[in-house]
Amino acid sequence: MDPKHLDTYIAKENLPYAFCPGCSHGKILGALSDSLKRQNLDPSEVVIVTDIGCVGLSDKYFITHAFHGLHGRAITYASGIKMQNPDLNVVVLIGDGGCGIGGHHLLNAARLNSDINVLVFNNFNFGMTGGQHSVTTPLDSITATTALGSIDAPMDIAGTAQVNGGGFIARATAFDKDLPELIEKSMRHDGFSLIDIWELCTAYYVPRNDFGRKDMMVYMDGMEMASGILQETNRPSFQTSYKNIQEKASVQNPISGLELETIFEHSLTKPIRIVLAGAAGQKVVSAGNLLASAATLSGLWVSRRADFPITIQTGFSVAEIVISPEPVLYSGIVKPDVVAIIASEGKSKVSRLTLAMDDSGVIYHSDGLGNIESEAQISPLDFPEDVQQDIRKNLSALTAAFLTKKLNMFPFEALKEASRQIQKPKITEINLGIFEYFED
Amino acid sequence: MIKKREMVDGAAAIARGALDAGCNYYAGYPITPASGILTHMLRELPKVGGIGFQGEDEISSLGHCIGAAMTGATVFTATSGPGLSLYSENLGLAIMMEVPIVIAISQRLGPSTGAATASAQGDIQFMRWGTTGGYPMIVLAPTNISECYHLTKRAFQLAKRFRTPVFLATDKDTVMTTESVSVNDMKNAPDWPKIPNGGVGKELDPYQIDGEIHHYTGSSHNEEGHITKDPDIIAELNERLRTKIESNLNELSLVKNDLQHGADTLILSYGISARSMEAAVKEIRDGGDQVSSITIYSLWPVPEKAIQESLVGIKRIIVPELNHGQYLREIERLVNRDVELIGVNRVDTILLTPDEIMRAYHGS
Repeated sequence: MDPKHLDTYIAKENLPYAFCPGCSHGKILGALSDSLKRQNLDPSEVVIVTDIGCVGLSDKYFITHAFHGLHGRAITYASGIKMQNPDLNVVVLIGDGGCGIGGHHLLNAARLNSDINVLVFNNFNFGMTGGQHSVTTPLDSITATTALGSIDAPMDIAGTAQVNGGGFIARATAFDKDLPELIEKSMRHDGFSLIDIWELCTAYYVPRNDFGRKDMMVYMDGMEMASGILQETNRPSFQTSYKNIQEKASVQNPISGLELETIFEHSLTKPIRIVLAGAAGQKVVSAGNLLASAATLSGLWVSRRADFPITIQTGFSVAEIVISPEPVLYSGIVKPDVVAIIASEGKSKVSRLTLAMDDSGVIYHSDGLGNIESEAQISPLDFPEDVQQDIRKNLSALTAAFLTKKLNMFPFEALKEASRQIQKPKITEINLGIFEYFED
Repeated sequence: MIKKREMVDGAAAIARGALDAGCNYYAGYPITPASGILTHMLRELPKVGGIGFQGEDEISSLGHCIGAAMTGATVFTATSGPGLSLYSENLGLAIMMEVPIVIAISQRLGPSTGAATASAQGDIQFMRWGTTGGYPMIVLAPTNISECYHLTKRAFQLAKRFRTPVFLATDKDTVMTTESVSVNDMKNAPDWPKIPNGGVGKELDPYQIDGEIHHYTGSSHNEEGHITKDPDIIAELNERLRTKIESNLNELSLVKNDLQHGADTLILSYGISARSMEAAVKEIRDGGDQVSSITIYSLWPVPEKAIQESLVGIKRIIVPELNHGQYLREIERLVNRDVELIGVNRVDTILLTPDEIMRAYHGS
């Protein structure tokens, strides 16, 4: 970018400012313009992001890019702009009101160290809506909503950004001669920067509280809120750190779907609805995938739903598999053809389904789980005798093998091939080992 | 011939559709049943030089998307009903600022947190009327895995062309169920009308170094992007925001007609419920009856013409959906009073069964 040596970044044709006489907003905008001049930036290198409140009127006074959004959300738009194009200089102009309603965004942008520059126009009340109290209104102040004096403690905006790790944090007033230098410094910082700029609202706060420049300084001292640069760290910005993530990720392969070719024949003439009901840790869903993949390798169509509690390491785990010669339309199961129960947690979870079954359905169950209220045929999972020594290895996969043998949907070899194609080598080794018990 | 199939869930299909549509920015907040889309996008985007960001909440996430979109990113986000509640204000901003953005909604059963991670189509009207002003929304609804992929891609085309948020209306079962799908169906889009190139209005010129200076705002504004109180300018803007969508209804209309000559009953559905409908239609026809069906892919704007064209000889319309009849009311205003309307509804977290639809058909 060639230096332009512009005199000002203010759109002179849109002056005068719409602010009240004596309002400090214009002073801060002037300081921002001076700081841009000091950096000799092209107007197209700068995006000014504002939101709601009198400060939200500021965008039209700048010859730079501008974004005017919703109350308190300026920081989120700015951060998105900066992420997409880190070469842009993104400056947020926000009021004390915006810092209240958008406090969550403020502290998180500081925490992320998102490389945006926040200038807070802090005049201790809501100017645009009639002088209501804000998060920074001093104690005992009279405002439109605290007629008898404010009783809530004010928020320290700079302190909040500071304690959450913002890279460059300062406090100043609109009357500081060195404000352009301070803004420049904050903009040159790689990371989140915020200047909490105290100022006067001559329409409401000043007349209602007999509050002038001197009073503001006395108040600042009294609150022991220091001015000047409060924090300056070397922590890399979110945008810089994310580049490292992109670099690390760039060597990884994009994920692609697992293609399964039809290499076996099936012997299914109508859809079959199978429910595997077990407990967390039994690899029930994985066994469901095994059955579904074996069916797919055999030219069948499948859907596999999974159901488990949000606390995934405890309680039931249920897989619902529909296997069909035609593409599966209805993927739900209200009346299963086959249920295999391998844990009491799963048994109670599917009790509604087992109750709905009639004598055309079959329920297989592990030892001790056979007491089931259902009209279905109920039968134990009678694994080959010598399985017992390995039964703990993978009960779900054993059950998948058992069902494959019993239900005669596709060749047993398809199950083995599914394990080879979709499971990790270590798991495949174990499963192929236990599948051998089922070989004739 | 060897048939090639894939095992895919809707979340992966949607994420792949987004990436193949050129999405390079995603911001979202975890919420089931939409989280699968978030994890896919945050894992995949940095691999291709894109950005995947988890915001501190849904408001921030959509805010980040909007900022990035105005800086030239092709953006995407996904959430569920409670997150859509928080998207509301920025949704309005995106309409007013004319921000192209695709939002996948994996519906739940509301109100509030409702029955989380359960089958439901509870947000059909919420997507349409989810922000202030009542401006038209574009909402597409896939019924299966390959449609998840292709309609996501289409949503990106529409968002860009119309410069507006476009919803992809899904649900827990569509997003979280793994299914076999033919590789060909994933590769080749159904025979849908092509979206014309170019914008229906001025195309978005993002913030760029050395680019033209832009002021963009979420308030009523003039050509320069500055707030205006001029009633004529405001009226012109607001009319344009409405008509840019409403004067292109034909282009936006997307349905699958399965009409049978002589049928006096039409079954109309969308999303996951359309699959139960299709299964029911098959059985009804196997029983020797004539019955017509229509699957609505473009839920909003309501494809009125396509629906009306399917009404020849129809005396009865059955609308299966997983809510209290949110889309039925749209059909009600399109048909003559002598057409009987029957809703088949469930709000108990269980998918509508083909049997229920058949019972409604047989009047039992």
